[in-house]
Amino acid sequence: MASEKQSNPPIQLRHLLWLLAGLSLVVAPHALRLPWWLNLIALILFVWRVYLAWGERPLPQKWLLALFVIGGVFGVYLTYRTIFGRDSGVAMLVLFLSLKLLELHRQRDAIVLILLSYFLALTNFFYSQTLPTAGLMLVSALINTASLVNFAAPLRTLQANLRTAGVLLAQAAPVMLLLFFLFPRVQGPLWGLPQDAYSGVTGLSDSMSPGAISRLSQSDAIAFRVRFQGDAPPRPQLYWRGPVFWEFDGRTWRPGDVRTFNQIKFEATGKPYDYEVTLEPHNHNWLFALELAAIIPPNARVTPEYMLLSRTPVRNRVRYAMRSYTNFTEGGADDTDELRPGLLLPEGYNPRARRLAQQWAAQSTTDAAVAQKAIDYFRVEGFVYTLEPPLLGRDSVDEFLFGSKRGFCEHYASSFVFLMRAAGLPARVVTGYQGGEINPVDQYMIVRQSDAHAWAEVWLKDRGWVRFDPTAAASPVRVESGVAAAVPATDPLPLMARTTLYWLRGLRYNWDALANKWNQLVLGYNPERQRQFLSRIGMKEPSWEDMALTLFWAVGALLALLLAWLLRRMKTADPVQRLWLRFCAKLGRKGCVRAPHEGPADFIERTAGRYPAHAERIRAIGALYIAMRYGSRADAQVLAKLRLLVREFSV
Amino acid sequence: MFQKLLNRSQLYLAFFGPRTPEPGTIFLRQNRVYILPTRPGLAFGLALGVMLIGSINYTLSLGYILTFLLASMGLVAILHTFRNLVHLHISAGRVEPVFAGETAWFELFIENRSRYERSALVLWHQGKPTQCDVASGRGTTVSIPITAGHRGWLAPERITVDTRFPVGLLRAWSYIRPDMRCLVYPRPDDGRLPLPEPSGNAGEKRVAGGGSDDFAGLRAYQSSDSPRHIHWKAAAREQGLQTKVFSGRAAAELWLDWNALPADLNLEDRLSRMTRWVLAADQDGLRYGLRLPGMEIAPDAGEPHRLACLRELALYGL
Repeated sequence: MASEKQSNPPIQLRHLLWLLAGLSLVVAPHALRLPWWLNLIALILFVWRVYLAWGERPLPQKWLLALFVIGGVFGVYLTYRTIFGRDSGVAMLVLFLSLKLLELHRQRDAIVLILLSYFLALTNFFYSQTLPTAGLMLVSALINTASLVNFAAPLRTLQANLRTAGVLLAQAAPVMLLLFFLFPRVQGPLWGLPQDAYSGVTGLSDSMSPGAISRLSQSDAIAFRVRFQGDAPPRPQLYWRGPVFWEFDGRTWRPGDVRTFNQIKFEATGKPYDYEVTLEPHNHNWLFALELAAIIPPNARVTPEYMLLSRTPVRNRVRYAMRSYTNFTEGGADDTDELRPGLLLPEGYNPRARRLAQQWAAQSTTDAAVAQKAIDYFRVEGFVYTLEPPLLGRDSVDEFLFGSKRGFCEHYASSFVFLMRAAGLPARVVTGYQGGEINPVDQYMIVRQSDAHAWAEVWLKDRGWVRFDPTAAASPVRVESGVAAAVPATDPLPLMARTTLYWLRGLRYNWDALANKWNQLVLGYNPERQRQFLSRIGMKEPSWEDMALTLFWAVGALLALLLAWLLRRMKTADPVQRLWLRFCAKLGRKGCVRAPHEGPADFIERTAGRYPAHAERIRAIGALYIAMRYGSRADAQVLAKLRLLVREFSV
Repeated sequence: MFQKLLNRSQLYLAFFGPRTPEPGTIFLRQNRVYILPTRPGLAFGLALGVMLIGSINYTLSLGYILTFLLASMGLVAILHTFRNLVHLHISAGRVEPVFAGETAWFELFIENRSRYERSALVLWHQGKPTQCDVASGRGTTVSIPITAGHRGWLAPERITVDTRFPVGLLRAWSYIRPDMRCLVYPRPDDGRLPLPEPSGNAGEKRVAGGGSDDFAGLRAYQSSDSPRHIHWKAAAREQGLQTKVFSGRAAAELWLDWNALPADLNLEDRLSRMTRWVLAADQDGLRYGLRLPGMEIAPDAGEPHRLACLRELALYGL
């Protein structure tokens, strides 16, 4: 087609730069995660394209691009060992987007790039859905939409086009809200996700070796948020129970056999605490609850060691109501079969610790006394609570107990359980979180990864499983006031855990409250929430057909309103012309319609002839109209006169 | 009857436009503006579909928001694209006559009586676009070029007014057929044959050794005088407009006669030659008459006479 070239003209430099700005905005957050060589290639291609456009040089040949494509895909494969994963997919998109720049001849190619850029903006949400990311991507959507306008109206100024894009997005916002709240939600995933889909989330792991929790303690990330109905329990009671470990191989603790039930057996006294937990995704099945959970959340089960397990890994933020007793006695049959795993120790490790424990057992009359001896040992022997413990060798418990005496909670819990088992008492390691701080802004309690903790439980005859926290013995401050107060000031703690930066904490509290609102209202809007929301506005148990129909009519009505508003502005602007049309309409209703070809003067003469009684009036209106429309500019006085004449005119 | 109904039906209008020329001002009512997505628009829809599936699969709340925001932007853009075209007033403007083979410029006056500007309007005629913007409350003149092939009346075919503003994902269009026509004179031939000799009885002022035009004096300017003969130097000295008068053939009476042409010349070639004669005679400031089978224009000179002669030649036999 001959017109192809004319309707698809080459790209102006200013539009190219604008387009590159939009692309950079969506690629920039990815750059932090992409391999360095890909960032370098993208940067080179961006700069190269600008250089070519600046000097109006021709774009490179196709074979060169093909070379880049082959090299790039090979590089992505080498880096990620796949090209179909989530991360490698993003890398491929960035690669193709940068390469497409060198194939960017005409406006149509640019539109392909803009669509790619919209898609790449979405992929940023794989990694982060925080407010800043949302803001950045909104800006990128604005810039990229302005690029669309640039290519649709290349002659207008960039400023005018940016304004048009802003108007479009602003008017789209209400429609977007309707779609967001009413579009029938489906719980993903629709099919299997790539294996790396949930990599990079922080949280407790399904095993515990020295250093695991201290590493986690350096993360500022939020583990979960809690809203208590009424007052929160005092800090020393804030033990959030997570995975429980039975098996020890001398270095690493692992869970034993996991059996699950639908019932919890325990005895409790005192008042229960009711609260709601909003758990950040951690890609495991554990649900955290204050010890001891009295109810099981929906879609979850409980194990005999009081671990709450969700049926599916927690890959999205989940919210569940909880009730806990802090005064409790764990149930449990006095069944030797069940207790046997709590006594197993690897042969040939830590002989000194074994001898010490056996010595305590021989000296004590009760099990509780043995446990107390161990706790006292931690209290008086000068143990140091630190995030940077020295590395331990093969007999890690011996080295810790009698050598370094410097450790983090996992060292204490691990050694304590080892001692108990060596003394013949069934014991197990419990991991989870200890503590939490109330955000004074919105009264949510925030539990961070830095609150991760490990403690022990020992089986005492008649009392069942009893919690012992050897860390608390060595460093009471840890449980009373948190990690920051407990470890030496030189330890690498996350900024937020440091208690001294008060102004920063205030700022952070506000920000956390805002982020929490965002999480609860926007990010947490799932099929469940949608049902609640719709039933609150009067749609009880709506089917997806009902929702689609409602959505259709709501969006239709909104667009109709918008169109009416847009058309309202179409009214003719000229008051003189409006009055004239009104005059013509008055005559038209009497059957004296002005023909389209009839000029005002002819029409006046014709109607004056038809209504001789009103001829004078009609001629006066005609004269004023012609004078103002075709003669000198209308002044207010003459206009008022015409308005009066037209208003009072009738035949 | 059926044909008539079909011609007026919306579907027919949507695909073919008005069949007959529309006199007067054409107003683009809502019901004659059509809108469909462009190819990039379809690609945009496809991209949105992929983004929605991605958002569902990965449960990305912000993904939903971005997808829905862009989808809503597309919906809102429908209204804006439609609004950019609807309610325009288009009327036929001037058309200057041209010679066959030249480009005729059809002027259209596009008036925007609404309070917002119209951007990136494109008028398509025979696959050739002409772009324009119209500010709020203003009008603009657009000239549509059409190559004049044959002598006679030239009318534009259906003109498509379309726009992809603001986002290029949608195209609104309307067909118009303004009632306008352009007179196309025959193409003057490039023959070297000179003008015919003036007829004997009228050549009384002829100077010997004719052919050369000798300056004979000045007289007051008349509006029918050729600008070539105005004494510009005198005008520059502010002595008023004066016309140079030439002796020689200047005052001679010339008949451009159909029958004087060789018999083996066909109709169009005859008209072409006579057109050249008219132009040459006018340029030389001669008084000439035109004689065609069945009609005759008495000898005269000046612009109106030249146009009348050319008009007869353009429309001869049509």
